[in-house]
Amino acid sequence: MNYFPDEVLEHVFDFLTSHRDRNAVSLVCSLWYRVERFSRQRVFIGNCYAISPEKLITRFPGLKSLTLKGKPHFADFNLVPPDWGGYVQPWIEALAKSRIGLEELRLKRMVVSDESLELLSRSFANFKTLVLVSCEGFTTDGLAAIAANCRFLRELDLQENEIDDHSGHWLSCFPDSCTSLTSLNFACLKGEINLASLERLVARSPNLRSLRLNRAVPLETLQKILMRAPLLVDLGTGSYVHDPDSETYNKLKTTILKCKSIRNLSGFLEVAPRCLPAIFPICLNLTSLNLSYAAGIHGSELIKLIRHCAKLQRLWILDCIGDKGLEVVASTCNELQELRVFPSDPFGVGHDAVTEIGLVAISIGCPKLHSLLYFCQQMTNAALITVARNCPNFIRFRLCTLDPTRPDPETMEPLDDGFGAIVQSCKFLRRLSLSGLLTDQVFRYIGMYAEQLEMLSVAFAGNSDKGMLYVLNGCKKLRKLEIRDCPFGNMALLSDVGKYETMRSLWMSSCEVTLWGCKTLAKVMPRLNVEIINEHDQMEICPEDGQRVEKMYLYRTLVGPRKDAPEFVWNL
Amino acid sequence: MEKSVNYGGHHDDLNLEATKLRLGLPGIISSDIGYEKQSSSASTVVVVRNNKRASPVGIMTQESSSKSHSNVSDARNGDPNSHHQPPAKAQVVGWPPIRSFRRNSFQQKKTDQGDGAGMYVKVSMDGAPYLRKVDLKVYKSYPELLTALENMFKFTIGEYSEREGYNRSEYAPTYEDKDGDWMLVGDVPWDMFIFSCKRLRIMKGSEARGLGCL
Repeated sequence: MNYFPDEVLEHVFDFLTSHRDRNAVSLVCSLWYRVERFSRQRVFIGNCYAISPEKLITRFPGLKSLTLKGKPHFADFNLVPPDWGGYVQPWIEALAKSRIGLEELRLKRMVVSDESLELLSRSFANFKTLVLVSCEGFTTDGLAAIAANCRFLRELDLQENEIDDHSGHWLSCFPDSCTSLTSLNFACLKGEINLASLERLVARSPNLRSLRLNRAVPLETLQKILMRAPLLVDLGTGSYVHDPDSETYNKLKTTILKCKSIRNLSGFLEVAPRCLPAIFPICLNLTSLNLSYAAGIHGSELIKLIRHCAKLQRLWILDCIGDKGLEVVASTCNELQELRVFPSDPFGVGHDAVTEIGLVAISIGCPKLHSLLYFCQQMTNAALITVARNCPNFIRFRLCTLDPTRPDPETMEPLDDGFGAIVQSCKFLRRLSLSGLLTDQVFRYIGMYAEQLEMLSVAFAGNSDKGMLYVLNGCKKLRKLEIRDCPFGNMALLSDVGKYETMRSLWMSSCEVTLWGCKTLAKVMPRLNVEIINEHDQMEICPEDGQRVEKMYLYRTLVGPRKDAPEFVWNL
Repeated sequence: MEKSVNYGGHHDDLNLEATKLRLGLPGIISSDIGYEKQSSSASTVVVVRNNKRASPVGIMTQESSSKSHSNVSDARNGDPNSHHQPPAKAQVVGWPPIRSFRRNSFQQKKTDQGDGAGMYVKVSMDGAPYLRKVDLKVYKSYPELLTALENMFKFTIGEYSEREGYNRSEYAPTYEDKDGDWMLVGDVPWDMFIFSCKRLRIMKGSEARGLGCL
């Protein structure tokens, strides 16, 4: 093993970009471990409670780019109470105290405070990239600190965060000397924006390639910005409303013709459909289109727009496109790789949602499809079987029937066979979400065929512990399992306790698992944190072991029970 | 636990539904309306919006007793005839699984656009003792709105011209826009108007003529 000097090994390792490859390399021998750890610059931590910031810093002194994820996935759907945890503050404090030259920070489902952002902005002279996805706890004051203090900021990317908007002045906090921006996304901000500051900022950012505006930016400003940034590759419009007979609109039409580099288009948070023709000329260049927040475009206008987008590889859309609209997608967008169809009216009924018909059409017209998120009114086994046959390349397949336990409406059967066909045909499937009426049988199929499956989301499915057992026994690569409202209990939970150390986490809520089952598991597996989330008073005084646990979240960890758990979270 | 009351088949005489207390505006949103493709009565999950501005999409038809177990008011009642787990619940927590940000922005949009819920704005008229409210979504164009206002306040407004506004009449319809400015009704396209109109005011007399003569 000592054939090469360290520098050569390091050079070879430089070619390994994936985290998994570098992790694997570090396990070969202690020499490789040492070389790898000193040369590692990018680290991904899928669960911020699996490790501590101190251990991270000790092992990777050359760290430049950190990705952290906090709350469990089901927190996105209001299943995790506020104040559960996932705070980034201790990480930033520890990194700030150390000699780490942090340049990039990417956070998902974490609690970020203004204080954290302020500390971040002051502690790392070379800080370049901040990406926050589905985070909360901060305001535009924190953004102001980032703008003001990060002298070489390149990317500020805010995706679907809950941000308290105090005022639009944060944009004015970018100093005149800041000319390094390449990417700015503030689409999720709800408040007003200083438009003049925005225009000036764009004017002095010659490297700006990605810009996503919020609702407060009107069409006039969009036109002025595009004049200054014709090299944009990624554009998210704000409010796209104007009088199509106006001079402003005509100017926009001319300006857009110059923006030949735009490949990703999104936004249209407010939209006057009669203004859409201005973007038709660039539609043929688009590889990615996100209209999932554009509730103002429907029916024939939507379809007309799609017909221009023949090169789309990624499409996010609302279900008001309807099956007919999906048929147009299928005939137009033959390069499509990723499709997401979101519900436009999650709680209403009697509108055009999509059904199995749309999905089958897509599977015929878009053979390269590998990622799907599909909210639909109904699904049939026959359709799923057809889709499985037409598209064997699925990596991600997430289906959500708006009624969580709806059977196949044609046969009244469960959807077991349909999903069974998907897992059997799609040998590279890594992520699967199920819905509809489902019995233990679907899990039997999953255990048998889904060999590459890493993440499984289950709701209102199965009949007995057998269902969960099939999955735990069969899916060797399983990393994340999240289950809600299923009749799985202690027997399934405790059948293979060692399995959980091979996984990142397990979530079970409204199942049949009891306090005794959780305690037993915790006792036997010290390197797992078994947490019970306890929102109601039932369990507070003298909880009985036989009591069902409402929410359990367990994850492997090297640092024992976390110290920041709130009162309602018990670590067993 | 109270069993759900079957309204099927006997709705003509008492119409108990209409008097039943529930959250939200009258009108039941029923799964039956959505599932046209279905021939039999398998799924009876009833979804009720807990948003108080829920629109009266349609009254559930009670023609066949096999379809009709409405659990509108009590979310926790199990539907005994439902053959799937779980029992019918109105609006399961966290379902459909969409991110809270998206879910909240959707509800915000509904508030902004008054989709289905109506887009009510206050209307004041100089000299009138109290204000009224109109739903802008009900009208498709300026003439419709102006006619309605004329009827509501019993006055005549005459015709709009771009050059002269409404100066043939004693009144000028104005509105407050998003920036807080008072604008003359009729200058911008209708779609743009309903987005930006926060309230209406019918100006009278010399003040009105002042605006009309600009």
